[in-house]
Amino acid sequence: MVNIEINGKPVAAREGSMLLEAADEAGITIPRFCYHSKLSIAASCRMCLVEVEKVPKPLPACATPVSEGMKAYTRSPRAIAAQRSVMEFLLINHPLDCPICDQGGECELQEMALGYGNDVSRYAEAKRVVHSPDLGPLIATDMSRCIHCTRCVRFGEEIGGMMELGAPGRGEHMHIATYMEHSVDSELSGNVVDLCPVGALTSKPYRYSARPWELQSHHTVSPHDCVGTNIRLDSRSGRAMRVVARDNEAVNECWIADRDRFSYTALEHEDRLRKPQIKRDGVWQECDWDTALTTAVEGLKQFAADQLGALAAYGATNEEHFLLQRLMRGIGSANIDHRLRQQDFRDQNEQGPYPALGQPIAALEQNDAVLLVGSNIRKEQPLLAQRLRKAVRGGARVMAINPVDYAMAFTLAEKRIALDLVSELLAVAKALLEGSSEAVPQWLTTAIVGVAVEESHRAIAGTLRAGKQASVLLGAGAQGHPAAAELRAVANLIASLSGAHIGILAEGGNAAGAALAGCLPHRGAGCQASDGIGLDWKAMFAAKLPGYLLLGVEPEYDCIDSAAALQAMQEARFVVAINSYASVAMRDYADVLLPAATFAETAGSLVNTEGQWQGFNGAATAPGEARPAWKILRVLGNLFDINGFEQNSAEEVRAELEAACAQLPAAPAAWQPKAMSRLPAGLLRIADVPIYAVDAMVRRAAPLQTTADADLWQIRLNSVTAEKAGFSSVVEARLIQGAGEVVLPLLIDERLPDNAVYLPAGLSATVGLGGGFAAVELTHA
Amino acid sequence: MNLFSILKSLTLKELRGGLAVTGRYLFRKKFTVQYPEERAPMSPRFRGLHAQRRYPNGEERCIACKLCEVVCPAMAITIESAQREDGTRRTTRYDIDLTKCIFCGFCEEACPVDAIVETRIYEYHGECRDDLLMTKEKLLAVGDKYEAQIAADRTADAPYR
Repeated sequence: MVNIEINGKPVAAREGSMLLEAADEAGITIPRFCYHSKLSIAASCRMCLVEVEKVPKPLPACATPVSEGMKAYTRSPRAIAAQRSVMEFLLINHPLDCPICDQGGECELQEMALGYGNDVSRYAEAKRVVHSPDLGPLIATDMSRCIHCTRCVRFGEEIGGMMELGAPGRGEHMHIATYMEHSVDSELSGNVVDLCPVGALTSKPYRYSARPWELQSHHTVSPHDCVGTNIRLDSRSGRAMRVVARDNEAVNECWIADRDRFSYTALEHEDRLRKPQIKRDGVWQECDWDTALTTAVEGLKQFAADQLGALAAYGATNEEHFLLQRLMRGIGSANIDHRLRQQDFRDQNEQGPYPALGQPIAALEQNDAVLLVGSNIRKEQPLLAQRLRKAVRGGARVMAINPVDYAMAFTLAEKRIALDLVSELLAVAKALLEGSSEAVPQWLTTAIVGVAVEESHRAIAGTLRAGKQASVLLGAGAQGHPAAAELRAVANLIASLSGAHIGILAEGGNAAGAALAGCLPHRGAGCQASDGIGLDWKAMFAAKLPGYLLLGVEPEYDCIDSAAALQAMQEARFVVAINSYASVAMRDYADVLLPAATFAETAGSLVNTEGQWQGFNGAATAPGEARPAWKILRVLGNLFDINGFEQNSAEEVRAELEAACAQLPAAPAAWQPKAMSRLPAGLLRIADVPIYAVDAMVRRAAPLQTTADADLWQIRLNSVTAEKAGFSSVVEARLIQGAGEVVLPLLIDERLPDNAVYLPAGLSATVGLGGGFAAVELTHA
Repeated sequence: MNLFSILKSLTLKELRGGLAVTGRYLFRKKFTVQYPEERAPMSPRFRGLHAQRRYPNGEERCIACKLCEVVCPAMAITIESAQREDGTRRTTRYDIDLTKCIFCGFCEEACPVDAIVETRIYEYHGECRDDLLMTKEKLLAVGDKYEAQIAADRTADAPYR
């Protein structure tokens, strides 16, 4: 600790900290624009000039390290004069357009000008006008307002990992722009809106729609990925107007992903269900809740209990998952599943209580060796990728075994790009066992026979073993792999052999909550053994169940095997959908549509990947007669005469679930694969879920759908595969998978391994196609 | 009762004094304003019916900054804003509820572009509540009709601002 004095008040500052940080900790405010606690120090705005004893000139507090005995004065006449002069300079070129500026009312420059500005400008010359570049569908620009704090530039370099914005020119010619004319495509780009202290960078979807003083802020949690990002949803007379970041050091620091920030734009989409509807003789009729609910119950009652299946969305709240499984188990059916993006359930009984990261999110930064398996972490969990990027900047080595050479925001120390993830993992395991006499299970010894170990496998193994804090993280590509059980088994062994943590980067927004709530065929709430093992979604579809209850899912989009899902739904005799939106296909196969509120309009809680429960209340008013899904389920429970549906609030439901989860059983013994499953030969399709197709809401967020990340309507091959199949100079191709086929432009993409065809799932173009890592056929269009 | 007061009563002194005043004014110049044929003089600062103004090129002045809405003590103003096709910030709804308005003139004071003004018009009526809800169209129509007077009033008052 260093003892200094600020404004005559003794302050103990951390060694190496800056004067401004010491003042902040002591509760002394120093004006600033360019300083941001999460970014490097630029000292470019000069607003934080303070007087320091024995120093002839005022010093910028943000770039002045504290030293023993330093005496600083932030409010002395000299300091104030310096600050006022800086403010006068900043205002020289700043336009007087506060009345039309979206930042007006929450602008740092406006606030500081009130304290340090003059009422009349002495500057009579022409003001500078700067060209405003088009940065894409998310960020609006008015660059004449820029005060050159360079927070956005530093964010791109240090946090976002994409140096998209820069400050070319010097002096008066300095301006913020993209070096070449293009949009800003980072998945974290929206954070520059929060960072910009003036109105130079603002949110495009929010543009001119509200004023900050009219908004009511509501603290809530984003349900689009497993991070549990803390957000603040601002509403005006019940309408959600915008989403901004909310600080939570343990989860998202002060950043949020664009998916969390702009998904609210789907709340008023035309697909939104506003009234209960029933289908009579093939025609949809709007009706009241009583009619819809009785029709739903009567329709479901016509089948035997075990002929009913329930599918839930990953992003539904804990309360909704809990009541859905209680309803189904109360009826007498355990056919409940939410794992629609997985296709291998052989090890489901041996899995842990919920898909967990296995360490706190903040601890990811401290890792010095990380192996990603089947994970496009940057697009799947942008904020976890941001933590890993920090680790890499601190010297960590991050490695990947992926089916696609996904673009990361950091350099991968080692990478293996292959379709056969199991063999790659086995090779790493074999490399770990080389020269080691550790006892391993018999199946592994058999499996690694004949597996070729290359230098990069040894490097991955060596790095993992050498890491003081190492992690093996299984992403959505591994979870959704047809041999996911083997992948998990081998990855677990690699982790234990190398002393690394094993973690799962769960797909969807609340996979952990769904598992804890018992939205699974084999386990009830709190991981208690289910009375009667139900069918997983694959088995339900195979068994051709006649009755389905859907909670927030659009199976043809959300299920990894869209073809099977669509067929199962169309063949089912009675489908009740508790959804916020209805797709075209759903209007075809469903019989009752019950309009549900989205996360923005309901109370509930989510469990994030580190196991933290985060509750929230409704922030906006649900449109029309839409109701929170937990209330719909409660009434359904009452209509079925099942006990346990007497809750009056979402908190009561949560309390019941938390009580059930108080004592989680220990993780069972590991699953033992019998023989390693092999992938089929020939062309295989890689079908990951793109960042802006993860759930019904995101898929309908218009601004997100116009970003570069959503531009995936192509069939991609690498040049070797294209040449071999005779497609090197073809513009369009037809992809045939099972009974489904689609004609799309062909794109050569060298990030793919040989024999792979990349066409993502979750797009309207790919509805009706089968799942990933399955054989496909390519023909000329 | 003394002699003096008896005399005063008998001679009707007070009555005659009063009638003298009446007689005097009966022949003086009259100052009654014969409304509606005649009008009392008005200040350019008079705060009557609201209007929205346009620029000489026909463009509406209002930029939807919502300062009038937030300053209004009676909460009589309701504004919705959006981006117009040409990229400018405009109102899609601008309502003043005259049944709430207290004619304090704060909206006019707050307006950075002199868009919302209070005119000299005080003779208006409504036969139902709806008639007293001034929409954007109605406000612009008032502004268009009386622009010459409104502009002259602002010019006259300009030296004092």
